[in-house]
This record gives sequence, C-alpha cells and structure tokens, in this order.
Amino acid sequence: MKQRSTHLTSGLKMLGIFMFLALFSSAFAQEAAEAAPYADLAAFSESPGFSLFTVNNVWMMLATALVFIMHLGFATVESGLTQSKNTVNILFKNTLIPCIGLLTYALCGFNLMYPGVAGGWFAFAGFGVGVTDPVAALTDVYNPGYTYWTDFLFQGMFAATAATIVSGAVAERIKLGQFLIFSTLFVAISYPITGYWKWGNGWLNTMDTPFYDFAGSSLVHSVGGWGALAGVLLLGPRLGKYRNGKVFPILGHSMPLATIGVFLLWLGWFGFNGGSVLSANPGLTSLVLVTTCLAAAAGGVGAAFTSWIVLKKPDLSMALNGILAGLVGITAGADQMAAVSATVIGLIAGILVVFSVLFFDKLQIDDPVGALSVHLVCGIFGTLAVGIWGNLAGTAQLISQLKGIVAIGIFTFAFAFVVFWVLKKLGGIRVSAEEETEGLDIGEHGNEAYPDFTTAHK
Amino acid sequence: MKLIIAIIKPFKLEEVKQALSEIGVEGMTVTEVKGFGRQKGHTEIYRGSEYTVDFLPKVKLEIALPDELIAKAVDAIVNAAKTGKIGDGKVFVMPVDEVVRIRTDERGEAAV
Repeated sequence: MKQRSTHLTSGLKMLGIFMFLALFSSAFAQEAAEAAPYADLAAFSESPGFSLFTVNNVWMMLATALVFIMHLGFATVESGLTQSKNTVNILFKNTLIPCIGLLTYALCGFNLMYPGVAGGWFAFAGFGVGVTDPVAALTDVYNPGYTYWTDFLFQGMFAATAATIVSGAVAERIKLGQFLIFSTLFVAISYPITGYWKWGNGWLNTMDTPFYDFAGSSLVHSVGGWGALAGVLLLGPRLGKYRNGKVFPILGHSMPLATIGVFLLWLGWFGFNGGSVLSANPGLTSLVLVTTCLAAAAGGVGAAFTSWIVLKKPDLSMALNGILAGLVGITAGADQMAAVSATVIGLIAGILVVFSVLFFDKLQIDDPVGALSVHLVCGIFGTLAVGIWGNLAGTAQLISQLKGIVAIGIFTFAFAFVVFWVLKKLGGIRVSAEEETEGLDIGEHGNEAYPDFTTAHK
Repeated sequence: MKLIIAIIKPFKLEEVKQALSEIGVEGMTVTEVKGFGRQKGHTEIYRGSEYTVDFLPKVKLEIALPDELIAKAVDAIVNAAKTGKIGDGKVFVMPVDEVVRIRTDERGEAAV
C-alpha cells in the first residue's frame, strides 16, 4: 500500500530511536524528539542502514525511469490508433503533458498531494520543492525506501500519466490551446487533491476500513478516465463517425506504432506497480511484478478471444487494449492478489474492455483509442476487485472501495466538466469542421508528420 | 505516337515490366492507384464496426510509344497481367499530341 512518510511517521521513528538509545544512556533523555539519529549525511553513509537504503532508493529511481517511458508508450499508442493527418498534434500533446506535469508537480502538485496533514479533504504545504534539512530529507529518516527527491520525481511521473490519458480520448478534434489549459489545471490541482485523499493520508486513508489503491487504478487511471469522459461529452464525436445510427470506423494509421506503444506501457508498468511497493523489498516487488504481468497477459488473451467470438475476427487493437485493461485492473491490488486472482482479474478486464468499446460506440460517445474503456471502466473494476479477491476481500473493504470510487468520480468529473465547459463558453474547445477534415497537423501546427508520403485520405 | 495507360493488379507489375522490356520498351511511369470495375470490394471490421472497402489497390502504368510498337506492347501487357480472375484491369490507348525530352529538347518521335 502506498504511503508517504508524514511528519507523524518520521516523528514516531525518531521517537522510537530515542527510546532505544534512552535505555542505554540517560544522557540522551534531554535531546527530545527533534534530534535526528544521524549528525550529518556522512554519518549516515557510515551507518548500518545505509546500504539497504541505497538499494531501495536505486530501485525507486529505476521505477521512476520506467514510469517515465510510459509517456513514449502513450505517444505511440495514440498516434498509431489515430489518423496520420493528426499525428503531429497527438505527439505534441504527449510531449508537452509530461513537461507540464513535472513542472506543476514541482510548483504545487507534490505539496497538494502530500501536505503532511492527516485525514483531511484539502491541504497545501506550500509552493516549490526543496531540501532544508539534508538528514531529514536524504536519509532513511525521511523514509526507509527513498529520499525526498526520489519521492517527488516518482510521484511526479505518475501525475503526468493521469493527464495524458485524456489526450487520447479527445484526439483529432480538440483545440490544442484549450487542451493544454485543461491539462495544466487538471494535473496541477485535481489529480493531487484526489491523490491526497488516499496516498497523502487524507480522509480515504483514515477511514475505519481504509480505501485501498496500491498503484492507482482509481487515483491515476479512473481520474484520467473521468477527465476524458468530461472532455468527450462536451466535444462531441469526430465528423462522420456516427451517421444515421450507424458507426463508421475511422481507422488508426499505424498498427505497428500502436503495438510498440502497448508494449512500452507494459514495460513501464514494471515500474508503475513495482515502484509502488516503495522499496526494493524482494518478496513484495517480485510478487507485484508477477501479478502485474499475469493480469496483462490474461487481459490480452481475454480481449483477443472476446473480439474473435463476438466480432467474428480477432482484432489487434482490441487485444492491445486488453493488455492495458488487465494492467489497469490489477493496479489497485497488485500486492494483495495471488497468481490465480491476478489472472482472473486480468481476464475479466480484457473481456470487459471489448464490450465497453462497443458500448460507448452504441451511445455515440467517440473515443478514438479506447481510453474510457481501458482507464475509466477497468480502473473502476480494478478498484472494486480489491474488495472481491485477495487478502483484503470483504464487504467492508468493498464498501470502502465504492466510497472512494464515487467520491473520486464526482470530484474529478465535476472539476474536468467545469473546466471544459468554461473553456467551451470562452471560445470553443473544438476545431472547425474544415480543420478537422484537413487535419490538425496543418490547422494547429502548420506541419505534417509524414511530408514525404502521399496520403490518399486527405 | 500514342500513350498507353494500363491499370493492373499490383503484384503483376514486375512481370509486366519484364515483358515490356523484352519487346524493346525503354521507359514508363508507374503510380499507385485505387479503383474498381466489376470486381466488388470486401467487408472489413475495425473495433467492432464493419465497413466496405470498394476501392482496391491497383497500379497504373503510363507508356508513350511510337505507333509501330503499340500493338506488341498492348499484347505484352495483357498477357503478363492476366490472371483470369476478376479485377485483372484494363488497357487504354490514347493519341498523343506532343512529346518533349526535357534534357535535350528533342521533340516528337525522337523524344519517345
């Protein structure tokens, strides 16, 4: 379960060390709970805990890099499943979102998400990131698993992934500027607030049966999904997608790119879930990697065969969505599941995602990449799964999961809807029909993704 | 001088080019096109929605030749491009008013 060290936990740790020392020397009794166990960083580096701390921190930094590479995965999945005339636009959004995400996380997101206040709905620890006390921030005093800086960056990479989920759903018709404004507000304010409720030790974490979300089925994926839903409802479907009650497919331009993207995302999930153990603990990390991969595999198989049976032909993009669905589904409880339950969760998510894609098309809600089905639907399912399978299964947990899902859903959807609605009123969020037909690459960027290729569908 | 426009199945291009060079044809222009005649398209499915693809990929050859070579060239193309199955394509022969070789400014039959 993900918990950042709050002042409370650090204080308890220091208190514990103080009591241990006090047993052997009353001379320390006057030094109170403010005394750090290490005089300075050099003293820490000679202490017995240094090696373990270093190992833990290295794993967390590696996990950070793995989560980072998911942005390349998102970029390639989204470009692969959309038309080539919009590729520059998709790539631009996926390039800028991680940049904006990290910057806003440094500015305010981190301190909104981890304000050091227990049990609340909203708290803020101030703008900016920095270290004033090296021993408190850069040793195992901060946390046995990682330094303050590792904490910031690891969590910062997560924040940007939530924002980028929206870009796929609103692709091919949203105005760039308005999308960037929305994303900035979304990642700077909405994501950290709901994140605080659980991971920052807010009210979802201090309930009698705490809400549980190991690596973010709700806090990251469904949050992205709710944002995406608000966006697509206010945007409307792409031109020509739904005519006279019939669905006209708009083909993605590169299945190889889409496939590359999904496997990059799967690779990134080794860090996304593996790093959410918050240490290099061999038992937990190895378990989590296995549950993650089994769920991904089962999701892929589940979706592939569901599409084969229901649609008469096995659909590659559905199989790819299935892998992602399994990954999202296991993310809430990857550390709580046995191999069999992880597989079952992945399988159900894979089956669910196929029907979900068909369902949204029936409602004429246009989602070019299946983001709503993968992240919102399977994010909710993955969160509920913690109450149904695994170590925490039970009615009380299921109810807590529901509370979290509903609260996060209402807040996030309302936030996103209001922002998109205001932007729509202020100047519109959708490009003109002409621009949509010609392609956003020309309209928004004056640029082409494939200038050397002739395209027959402009 | 005449211009032959031939629409053939893409995989036949190499065979047709070979047959033409055997009768002394020294140049051509090739474009990738889509089209249909009596050959119907087929149905595809993407993420649960069916759609018909009517236009099928073909290759278009354009060859300018002196009158004496036309009959042999048309025969060569037809024989090389034929599979006997629907969608084999068509050959058109059109009169040409003028041909110019850009490098040398030659005109007429000398330029073909």
